[in-house]
Amino acid sequence: MSPEPSQSFEIVAREDFSDVTYLLEVRHPMLARAARAGQFVIVMEHEHGERIPLTIADFDREAGTVTLVIQAVGKTTREMQKNCRVGTSLYAMVGPMGIPSHIGGKKKVVCVGGGLGVAPIFPQARAWKESGAYVIGVLGFRNRGLVFWEDKFRACCDELILCTDDGSAGIKGLVTEGIKQAIAKHADIEELVAIGPPVMMKGCAEATRPHRIKTMVSLNPVMVDGTGMCGGCRVKIGESVKFACVDGPDFDGHLVDFDDLMARLTRYRTAEKEAVERWQESCRMPGKEALAAEPAPAIDDRPSTDG
Amino acid sequence: MAKKKTIRTIPQERTPVQEQDPRERARNFGEVSLGYRLEEALVEAERCLQCADEPCVRGCPVGIDIPGFIQKITEKHHQGAYDIITDTNLLPSICGRVCPQENQCEGVCTVGDTLEPVAIGRLERFVGDMAIREGWANIPYIEPNGYRVGIVGAGPAGMACAADMAKAGCEVVVYEAFHQPGGVLKYGIPDFRLPNDVIDAEIEKLRRLGIRFECNTLVGRLFTIEQMVTEMGFHAVFIGTGAGYPSFMGIPGESLNGVLSANELLTRCNLMRARDFPNFDTPLQPGKRVTVIGAGNTAMDAMRVSLRLGAEKVYCIYRRTKAEAPARAEEVHHAEEEGIDFNWLTSPIELLGDASNAVRAMRCIRMELGEPDDSGRRRPVPVPGSEFEIETDMVVFAIGTNANPILGQTAKLKLNKRGYIETDDSLATSIAGVYAGGDIVTGAATVIQAMGAGRTAARSMKAYLGLRDTDSVYTPDTDDPAGRRFGIPAAEHNFARVRLA
Repeated sequence: MSPEPSQSFEIVAREDFSDVTYLLEVRHPMLARAARAGQFVIVMEHEHGERIPLTIADFDREAGTVTLVIQAVGKTTREMQKNCRVGTSLYAMVGPMGIPSHIGGKKKVVCVGGGLGVAPIFPQARAWKESGAYVIGVLGFRNRGLVFWEDKFRACCDELILCTDDGSAGIKGLVTEGIKQAIAKHADIEELVAIGPPVMMKGCAEATRPHRIKTMVSLNPVMVDGTGMCGGCRVKIGESVKFACVDGPDFDGHLVDFDDLMARLTRYRTAEKEAVERWQESCRMPGKEALAAEPAPAIDDRPSTDG
Repeated sequence: MAKKKTIRTIPQERTPVQEQDPRERARNFGEVSLGYRLEEALVEAERCLQCADEPCVRGCPVGIDIPGFIQKITEKHHQGAYDIITDTNLLPSICGRVCPQENQCEGVCTVGDTLEPVAIGRLERFVGDMAIREGWANIPYIEPNGYRVGIVGAGPAGMACAADMAKAGCEVVVYEAFHQPGGVLKYGIPDFRLPNDVIDAEIEKLRRLGIRFECNTLVGRLFTIEQMVTEMGFHAVFIGTGAGYPSFMGIPGESLNGVLSANELLTRCNLMRARDFPNFDTPLQPGKRVTVIGAGNTAMDAMRVSLRLGAEKVYCIYRRTKAEAPARAEEVHHAEEEGIDFNWLTSPIELLGDASNAVRAMRCIRMELGEPDDSGRRRPVPVPGSEFEIETDMVVFAIGTNANPILGQTAKLKLNKRGYIETDDSLATSIAGVYAGGDIVTGAATVIQAMGAGRTAARSMKAYLGLRDTDSVYTPDTDDPAGRRFGIPAAEHNFARVRLA
């Protein structure tokens, strides 16, 4: 292994799951080699861009690529949706960051992914399966049309419970409904791993608390550097304050102060909104009619875009 | 040389340097100090006595031949001055600006015993800036020796170490986690103290020495230190990652929105250019009434950045007095000029929020100085019943940093109790061939101390690799003419290029 020349972070594949969710496969052989389940990267789309943390959704060590699944919610993620085509390159991608998830043991595990958390829970489910665990997947989507990677999950889960808000696929209800079902069926679940919007992870932690099931959640607060230097990502875990980027991103869900986390995620909301509006305005200028038809996607409760 | 200068014959007053007007500069990011012009530099250079015992050289952490370069300025041989400085310090434009000279070279200057000391820092900057303008570079002839050296962190320690190792003939790769090299010089020190183009110009010179910078590389996670010395084939590694992990006080209300570390504020503003939002995408919600806790150089930077971002009022909260403030005197003076409201002997006890979870006020308590503590400074103790509130919408913690945990988590490096990397006097770590220096060893210090550590480590690494230390006086050990080229021993492969008239 020799140090590679300055990487170019070329996008080698792209897939659009819906009008807000898209997948990018980025070439970075060293990162693909180093990445483990539970870690994240920070990317910059261009030189003037912000640094956004994205959980690694998959990695292919042979092909030397890292997969990111992104939801277009803020200015940067929408701009990336528009500009990141196969053959183009990201300005920067650094990682893998954070402590890898502790995976191991032949036990019964529930892997929960909701919304943007569906993609990053996949490497966890796969890693658990590889370590010999009995894996129950619980995935939450708004409706059938937004479902993706069902086959990938089926391949690595012993059971898969789909939940949709409107019941158009799987059971009707939130992922907590799926968790309740799984717990009712299996009394010997030892661990639950949840990735998704903070409100969902909070719900998962509350669902398992009465059963005393160990619950790990993956936090994605506002970050700048991702190396422990700025302290923007500090979260309250029980009595102590931790930095999600270097002390996490996985924490014990029963100790996380989710209300604090959600309040802190709103820090730059005004500026983010302004950036989105300004960006949409600038996009509208060349081809008014083309973009006027496009409905403005609602701002999700998970602002993945921040510097 | 003209007749010997004495303390009576030299210009008595230290030559003042032109500065931007405080009221004007507090609203822009232009540099505060405009630097010496040629005629000012010549006058100031005359003030050096060229004394025999050269205390300034010993006062300099990297040992620049200060009287030597000043002599060249008086001879108007500015490139000669540049060559003398860059024999020991490749980054004069940076050091001339950010070194705490009053505690180093200028603090021990012989002229300073009677008059104000020679403005060595300003002269160094003058020479460095002229070199950038004129495009001078002091690139010695380098003969590759086949050794490969990896440097972790492109900050001042890493840059200094990289320069020395490259000059010794090693192939040097510098890894940096951010997308640009420079470390604290880039993300921490604001443009009005150290413009980014100056840093870029100095880094360009390092590139010309053959040093390769690899950005976007998080060592520890992308590959480990152990992998560097094994699979990746580095013969020696230097770790200069800085301290990093910012401290908070643990008082109630620290997670309110509008409360952040100085590192976050400065990184957003300086490196990520949030001050140019929305041309740059990184947001920063600027405060109208900003309180900065701490009185070090970082605190001064945070306050002055806040002013330039449009704050109406900026307070400094420090639990000791001005005399104990760790910032450079010049920085405190500049901050005072720009209208920072200093609250000495004041300590925050609680941050109060509003309904939307944003900070709205800080509760403070007055302090008084009691008995001296371990550091020899008088310990501040609270005055009972003196609590009061300051209205504020942004609170910045600039009270120091702790050790960054990443390398400790990923390498079997021996750490000390506080989490910093443990080294011996030669800066060797517990892993053979791996050296460390700067803030990650000592805890937060200054840029030049980090550079000094980088050079000390380079000396040890050269010894480890069996390379002759080009800093020490060389005495040829062979008279064998076959081992000579142009009458110079082959082992002497690091002489400076001779400039022909």
